[in-house]
Amino acid sequence: MDEGRARRRGVSPRLWLAGGWLLIALLAAIFAPLVAPQDPLAQDLMLERLPPFWIDGAEPGYWLGTDSLGRDLLSRLIFGGRIAFIVAFAAAFAACLVGSTLGLIAGYFGGWADRIISRIVDVWMAFPPVLFAILLVAVLGTGLSSVILAIAIIDWTRFCRVIRAEAMGQSRMDYIENARIAGYGRIGIMLREVLPNVVPSIVALLSLEMGIAVIVEAILSFVNLSISTDDPTWGGIIAEGRLSIHQAWWVLVFPLITLILTVLSFSQFGEALKARFDPVLR
Amino acid sequence: MSLAVKPCLDIRSLSAVLANGQRVLRSVSLSVQPGEVRALVGESGAGKTMIGKAVLGVLPSSVRIVEGDMLLEGEDLGKLQPKARRTLIGARTALIPQDPLTALNPSRRIGPQMTDRLVRILGWSGQRADARIRQLLDEVQIREPDRVLKCYPHELSGGMRQRVLIAAAFAAEPRLIVADEPTTALDVTVQKQILRLIAQLQRDHGTAILFVTHDLGVVAKISQKVSVLYAGKVVEEAETADLFAAPQHPYTRALMAATPRYTDPLASLKPVDEAVLAGLASEIAAADQAWRRPHG
Repeated sequence: MDEGRARRRGVSPRLWLAGGWLLIALLAAIFAPLVAPQDPLAQDLMLERLPPFWIDGAEPGYWLGTDSLGRDLLSRLIFGGRIAFIVAFAAAFAACLVGSTLGLIAGYFGGWADRIISRIVDVWMAFPPVLFAILLVAVLGTGLSSVILAIAIIDWTRFCRVIRAEAMGQSRMDYIENARIAGYGRIGIMLREVLPNVVPSIVALLSLEMGIAVIVEAILSFVNLSISTDDPTWGGIIAEGRLSIHQAWWVLVFPLITLILTVLSFSQFGEALKARFDPVLR
Repeated sequence: MSLAVKPCLDIRSLSAVLANGQRVLRSVSLSVQPGEVRALVGESGAGKTMIGKAVLGVLPSSVRIVEGDMLLEGEDLGKLQPKARRTLIGARTALIPQDPLTALNPSRRIGPQMTDRLVRILGWSGQRADARIRQLLDEVQIREPDRVLKCYPHELSGGMRQRVLIAAAFAAEPRLIVADEPTTALDVTVQKQILRLIAQLQRDHGTAILFVTHDLGVVAKISQKVSVLYAGKVVEEAETADLFAAPQHPYTRALMAATPRYTDPLASLKPVDEAVLAGLASEIAAADQAWRRPHG
């Protein structure tokens, strides 16, 4: 038993690597005006397409080089992180709240509630998600809140499906029957007995969903449907980098690496958290 | 008013059907007197567990009670509003479940899980509930209550979990406990201890038990009365001692012959005779026919 405890508290590299990257990226985004070496919007045609620091011709202070308008790439990535994280947190929480609630109700109550909610999910998932997102933003108008809303509207089904299945499995367990015999009400059982057992899954999904929200936001920015202001976004930088790939590969490569690391970290962080907090798995 | 003691549980010609109209309980009548252990014995699928679930009000939604009454200490469960029925069942009954592995909530510690019911349903103070739980843990011979109360269910062995569940069942001083094959999922060596514990607590607390089992050996050890069930029908009912001394129904005799004996395990193993089963089938068919006539 003591060995088990020790293993449980041991350092999980996955948790720390993923969590570490997310923490660095998040802090950089929050304190962007202090951290960023340059003004992300300042153009200087004398400094256009400077290479990253280890290549000849690099300019000190422009660590990752500049784009075709002479704007500092590192600063643009740091400021782009602000929108990425705002969208990730807001959209994932909104999708989680709606999807988990409906999933819990469908899975625990079953019957008509389940049939209605499951059919809605089926219909919802028949839409191709990216096209759906583009359509929604086109209807809602561009801007931060409509991007968040669009992602939440599309992705609540992910939570709903998983939580429904988990709640359904838990509801068949004998401890639920025992609670019913003891005289607990249905809602009370759902919240006190079932919910704590699906929380680890909710946490893992929430983290995964944040990564997905980052990607969807990047896709919308890439097709110029995200935020209509001048604020840099990762998707927007990638779109610009695509145009100058032959002259300045770094403008495409660095935002891609940032995006991939962030999305990967979100999903791994969620899985590691689940493994750590699930009383049965740990 | 009669002078006879009111039975703790009185089931009168209870019939239940599945959604497709198939009968799963066939006019079952049985009663459990206060402080008495009534064994309900039969093979798998005979409807033993179904009767327990019917009493506790947790029948699966596919099963419908079509006839009969269930009286818990004289109160007709069928005549009560759902909420009043839940309250009555919650206050006066408890379940010792078959599988201790799934009968405890895996994400809650044992302590709060056990006291919760006393506090929330019966309105006890936290202190009183805690003292009560500790007393019961002592009665089921759990020596380190502090450690166990802080554990999550998966940190305890199956035998320990069943002890916890027995303590939880007796904690609220129910009048009737339904024990649904409480030893089936356990190790053979643990089975004996658990059985002895249940018998001990039953005597000390004077609780009536409806003891569901397929094991005649267990029946002989723990019960005063037996109902033998086949295909949802009570085929024989007797005092335990009488049943073992002189079983009346051919199925009961066949069931006893099919029980392995430690002295001569192979020679005495006999499956239930075909002729007995055929007799049972026609008995049940006749009963169903007679039952369908007035019920359409």
